[in-house]
Amino acid sequence: MHDAALDLRRKLEILADAAKYDASCASSSAPKRDSLKDGIGSSEGMGICHAYTPDGRCVSLLKILLTNACIFDCAYCINRASSNVPRARFTAKEVVDLTLGFYRRNMIEGLFLSSGIIRSPDYTMEQLVRVARTLREEHGFRGYIHLKTIPDAAPELLAEAGRHADRLSINIELPQEASLKALAPEKDFAGIRRSMARMRVRIEEAKEEARAPRFAPAGQSTQMMVGADGADDRAILGTASTLYGSYGLRRVYYSAYSPIPDASRALPPAPPPLLREHRLYQSDWLLRFYGFALDEIVPAGPDAMLALDADPKLAWALRNRHFFPVDVNKAPREALLRVPGLGVKSVDRLLASRRHGAIRWDDLARLRLPMRKLRPFLLTADSTPGALLDKAALRSLLVPKTQSAPRQMALL
Amino acid sequence: MIAASPAHPTWLEAWRDAARPLLAAGVPPDAVSWDGSLFAGTEAMPPAAAMLPPRVPPKFLELAEIVLRHRDAERHDLLYRALWRIAEGERELLERATDPLVMRLSLMAKAVRRDAHKMHAFLRFRPHPEEERHLAWFEPEHRILEAEAPFFVRRFAGMRWSILTPDGSVHWDREELRFGPPGRREDVPPEGEGEILWRTYYGSTFNPARLKPAAMRAEMPLRYWRNMPETREIPRLMAEAPARVAAMVERGGSEPAARRQRLIHWAPSSVSEAMELFDAAAGDREAALAALKAELQADRGSPLAVHATQAVFGEGPLDPPLLFVGEQPGDEEDLKGRPFVGPAGRLFDGALEKAGITRGECYLTNAVKHFKFTPTGKRRIHQSPDAGDIAHYRPFLRREIEIVAPRLVVTLGATALRAMMGRAIPVTKARGEMMRTPEGLPVFPTVHPSYLLRLPDPDSREREYGRFVEDLKRAHREVM
Repeated sequence: MHDAALDLRRKLEILADAAKYDASCASSSAPKRDSLKDGIGSSEGMGICHAYTPDGRCVSLLKILLTNACIFDCAYCINRASSNVPRARFTAKEVVDLTLGFYRRNMIEGLFLSSGIIRSPDYTMEQLVRVARTLREEHGFRGYIHLKTIPDAAPELLAEAGRHADRLSINIELPQEASLKALAPEKDFAGIRRSMARMRVRIEEAKEEARAPRFAPAGQSTQMMVGADGADDRAILGTASTLYGSYGLRRVYYSAYSPIPDASRALPPAPPPLLREHRLYQSDWLLRFYGFALDEIVPAGPDAMLALDADPKLAWALRNRHFFPVDVNKAPREALLRVPGLGVKSVDRLLASRRHGAIRWDDLARLRLPMRKLRPFLLTADSTPGALLDKAALRSLLVPKTQSAPRQMALL
Repeated sequence: MIAASPAHPTWLEAWRDAARPLLAAGVPPDAVSWDGSLFAGTEAMPPAAAMLPPRVPPKFLELAEIVLRHRDAERHDLLYRALWRIAEGERELLERATDPLVMRLSLMAKAVRRDAHKMHAFLRFRPHPEEERHLAWFEPEHRILEAEAPFFVRRFAGMRWSILTPDGSVHWDREELRFGPPGRREDVPPEGEGEILWRTYYGSTFNPARLKPAAMRAEMPLRYWRNMPETREIPRLMAEAPARVAAMVERGGSEPAARRQRLIHWAPSSVSEAMELFDAAAGDREAALAALKAELQADRGSPLAVHATQAVFGEGPLDPPLLFVGEQPGDEEDLKGRPFVGPAGRLFDGALEKAGITRGECYLTNAVKHFKFTPTGKRRIHQSPDAGDIAHYRPFLRREIEIVAPRLVVTLGATALRAMMGRAIPVTKARGEMMRTPEGLPVFPTVHPSYLLRLPDPDSREREYGRFVEDLKRAHREVM
């Protein structure tokens, strides 16, 4: 093994490790394109996960930092200015070669490139844009590119980033302005939101006006850390709703604050709240696709947290038993979507199916639905929940006992 | 039993050619053997009735095409059973998701689609050491090689490559696809530097604090592992994970680095900075306005500032004949940080022009400086500002007007009028009459352009638009 290869491997190790706390891995929603005429790569709308690591996360993009040197001192971040981690920096050519090398072997869908802040926002952004420009213009790369946007970078740089990238993102990091101020003193909450607003305006212009330059056709996303500050779940979901509604985000990623090598004293390492993160994703889905309002999922209160032992839809159903049972043969779509155990796909299949004959209990079993969960809430042509719904002990019947606290602690 | 033997195991045309005469002859599914078993085929085919082949929904053909790639030996029979029922009158059979036959066929199609997706994902090419060619060995669960080869053409059209499977092989030479006999795993070159780098990346992107092997296995079934170089890292990564996490937690927080990364600040605006600017700017009105803007931007005192993107300040020349006060920035104003750029602003622009007023004669601003809204999952719904909101921004508005020094303030709508007068006055009554604020400033009230947008019928909208233009003309005459 000659030294250059060893050096590249060491850099890849450091700069992939430095980038892995960003949960985003999506490679979907890029416009259709292929390399039949020239260049290399394709995208067909649907994302592809090329591997999964033992943390259950998908590997779709080569997710790396250009450099992990950073002049910001964010307490939660492995790359903060005062951290003792070894620093490394790729050249633009190294990133381009790695991306193409992995892509030709069919290991990735493309590149997700981010960077520590070096010198200034414009300088950093220019470095990221250069990699994307080289891939697109010199190599005809038609794979997926996700670039991290640096707040307050010059508009021309943002425009160029949007021309080359499929997705742009900027992380809000923490759900509340006060926490960001405390843990990431150099970051500017309002500045981050102004950047998101600018991106939304450009994304919509590019979509609505045929002659407008291409701009991030796969939209923008963001990430919020869970468990690094004192924000409760209602605050987190409230911020997420505001961000979705205000900036048309494709996704808000929730990332459980996870132990990092060389953690800051201001934020000592602790096992990540993985189950809490999972419940937030479930709630996010309910808010966006199931017609639930924030107040229904987490009622306002002093410690407004989601239940860990029951998924948020089941928790809502147990609090709102008067809504049930729902008649699978008569109820409107919106009501069926509120039944614990029924997802969007199964509801649509039930709706199509019931036009051709009444749905019976055994039909549900054939659709491989979770029968035990449905039983108390659903009325079919030949079954009723009976007194089950009014049972005080219903919760304990439906909520698995071994979950929650023990599972949270399992690692240590 | 009548034996049916399609000419090709997976092609739709082959199955269709076999099924059509059976159906035309009225042979029921139970009388057909599709598996080529020894005892079948003793019976001759009855004469076909002279009839057209039945029309089937296109969805059925799409489903059949996919299902035929499944390795299940019963696939031909199951499809014929479905075809039979459709021909017998169950035209919407496929919509009956709870029907056992439909259920089985859709599960088969799902398995084939999943296998295709996994092939796109988990197939790995390796460069040939001498030739300019990439090679892959893949073991698909179903017979999908032919159907999925075009995917790799679209993606790697500029490369030469071969995919070898136990069923057959496919070769692309940058112009044409060639199918060939089955290959062997040994035909693919051994791991090289590219695979080593990839394993390095795979190991480094794994977070040991989030061990969830079941989730990994659900998405990346074991059967695919042996042809993926990175999976060789999995046992080590999993074995080391608990100790790595325990060590991190044990170590706790660490001392800041002795040589920290160089820190450069560039000014996020703060109230104190803004105040300094303001003091320095005494006497310079442009600077005073900029300072007021910075102060507003840094103002986090209002609950509205928590959710809005930014404070939206006024725009226009100093000493204008007219200063218009609107209600609050809307969705577009909030995103762009400029007043009157949304739908109501565009209508307002038109009305100004009609009234013979140029933009250069006007300063435009709002009574409330942040967008007030209710977030829903998809968009923001405008909420009217309440007395508290108006009161919060009143000092800003007063100072803004003081610095800009217009000849006349025109209020658009109830919020603006209330902000200027300090009390609620119905616009319908006050409209079109000159008034004075408690401080003695001349004010001319009219409606807000968004009121015109909300009017349902075109007649009243046109009439009200005319009245609005008249109001603007009157205000203009007052200062000319």
